[in-house]
Amino acid sequence: MTQVTPTGNNELLGEAVARRKIGRVERFLGPDNYRVLQGLFKTPASIAGSLLILFFVIIALAAPVLAPPVTPNEPYKIPRDGFKSQPREIGAKWTKNVPDIPFWYKAVTGNEKWVHLFGTAQGQYDIYYGVIWGTRTAFKTGLIVVISTVLLGVLVGAVSAYYGGLVDNILMRIVDVLLVLPSLMATLILAAVLTPVIGRSTLPVMISLIAFGWLGYARVIRGDILSVKERDYVLAARVIGNKDSRILFRHIIPNAVFPTLVLASLAIGDVVLSFAALSFLGIGVDVGYADWGQVLAFARNWITSLDDYWYIIAFPGIALVLYVMGFNLLGDALRDVLDPRMRGKT
Amino acid sequence: MLTYVIRRLLLVPLLLFGVTILIFIMQKFLDPVERAALYVRGDPKANQIEAAITKYCLDCPIPVQYLNWMVGKVDSTTGEREGGILFGNFGWSKTGSQPVASLIARRFPNTLDLTIWAVGPVILVGIWLGVQAAVHHNGFIDQAARVFSIVGTSFPTFVFGLLMLMFFYANLGWFPPGRLSDEFNIVVSSDQFHRYTTLLTFDALLNGRGDIFLDALRHMFLPILTLSYISWATFLRVTRSSMLETLRQEYVTTARAKGLPERDVIYKHAQPNAMLPVVTLAGFSVVGLLAGVIITETVFDYPGIGSAAAQASAQLDVITVLGFALFNGLILIVANLIVDVLYAFVDPRVRLS
Repeated sequence: MTQVTPTGNNELLGEAVARRKIGRVERFLGPDNYRVLQGLFKTPASIAGSLLILFFVIIALAAPVLAPPVTPNEPYKIPRDGFKSQPREIGAKWTKNVPDIPFWYKAVTGNEKWVHLFGTAQGQYDIYYGVIWGTRTAFKTGLIVVISTVLLGVLVGAVSAYYGGLVDNILMRIVDVLLVLPSLMATLILAAVLTPVIGRSTLPVMISLIAFGWLGYARVIRGDILSVKERDYVLAARVIGNKDSRILFRHIIPNAVFPTLVLASLAIGDVVLSFAALSFLGIGVDVGYADWGQVLAFARNWITSLDDYWYIIAFPGIALVLYVMGFNLLGDALRDVLDPRMRGKT
Repeated sequence: MLTYVIRRLLLVPLLLFGVTILIFIMQKFLDPVERAALYVRGDPKANQIEAAITKYCLDCPIPVQYLNWMVGKVDSTTGEREGGILFGNFGWSKTGSQPVASLIARRFPNTLDLTIWAVGPVILVGIWLGVQAAVHHNGFIDQAARVFSIVGTSFPTFVFGLLMLMFFYANLGWFPPGRLSDEFNIVVSSDQFHRYTTLLTFDALLNGRGDIFLDALRHMFLPILTLSYISWATFLRVTRSSMLETLRQEYVTTARAKGLPERDVIYKHAQPNAMLPVVTLAGFSVVGLLAGVIITETVFDYPGIGSAAAQASAQLDVITVLGFALFNGLILIVANLIVDVLYAFVDPRVRLS
């Protein structure tokens, strides 16, 4: 990131630059990275995105209050009100397996006893619980997968770019091979293979998403590091006799990864989408696990009467769309900020 | 040009080797008993599996296993080749109750049929939207397109598909899921209906059955709409930004300065040059359509390879899933090769780099 310094005798400008207040955050991140952070709260679209994400964070944090788990050991299991296959409408009375009534319930809904706020799906799974606890599932899977993929991608990309030559060639050919299959197909296959081995849970799908998710990051980071590697301060670090690993981890990576980190954190939306798609297809978690894709999958057996049972699609569908949209709105704004052609225009 | 094509061709065997290794590693997660399903047809009996394990060396050293898996073994008494994915033996599909290869052969034409009909709307409408958005930069169309592209990329295929089914099938009854109506299914499976191409819509036309053709299209309408809708957002975004950049070029200013009508400036000077990134995207999206229709096919109960793969993996029929993966891998390697070479024809910068 080149620093533009005023040339010639330009006292006024120099003074202005010197007088400009630089906050602690800006000093810590550096001017370019700070600009990226600012981008999060600049346009109406990015603010809307931030608010959407905040909204879901609150729901996820407040899940035990919004929907007190019936079996506290397994909060992610959607409680069932009996076993009948016919879905029941919004506001139907909750007879079996009733959860505790939280303090806000009477004031907000005006009911004395629990009803199915969003109706029930086939097998009397309560949709409200599926949506609320599904938010937690979304953040949990999204965060774990994104953090792991980024770490893996940065590591492989950095090693590949820094050492170059044969190491680079082998690693990048592995990436080529893994990229042959489209990501959803690849994830589906690996999850199907892993499920019998480690059992039905969120794990097989998360592992598969990680296994095929780091490829893109490795490529991007590799490119970034190839350019950072040639900087003078890297040469300086080498001249004073630093070890390879120290140069890589202390000097190169911190200067190359920030844009990738930001974009990656916004990939949570995509990860959650893939995860929901796979559980919609019946891969990964058990039936009845609180996950939006899982709840949506209940609609598949009632396609002919979907106009009666619209609520099976509507609530988890809206949650999923808004969640992903929050991350996409932010990502869109940030891509503009990060685009080098846009630099200096914002 | 030639060196570029040769270099690109040299990558193919490497990719093929890599993909087979990848699938081989995945099937190593299965225990030998399950891998015996590659060789034993139907529901195996206990002693058959034991026999298969020793016969096909399923607990041999790994390189031997890989070789056996690739080329199979020739039975010394009958002279028949058993196993060997290179010879198209992908094993026995539990969920399909038939060899995986024949399941693929039956399902793939349906996917191809869907892809052929979806390509037009997917690519052309997407490009048109993008060009309009760029030409009316920051105008109403542009803002609407922007909103659409963000909503579009956030709308999961299966939610959109289910909504479509809710309106157009459950409510209105216009576009049913599946492949054909029952009465036509009987006709199609009878002897009078000749399968010239195995692609249903084309066969219907060749047999002179317009009603079957229309019925097939009616069943494909919603899947095509879903596939298009998802791709439009991407095409729109890429075309728009590429077009905006081209419109800023100096030769566009020159064209305007010498007094060409705006229509010619946009459609003759700017658009062809803005299409380069779109061409790559189009190539990959056709490839993606062929391979990535898993969810769309499943939502609309459309009997293609995507829904078969999804069904098999939901029921943990790993042998079938891996067969589909191999097949997909092969298709994609070839298709990507074609796209890359075509792209080099279109853009001289690629072959010179």
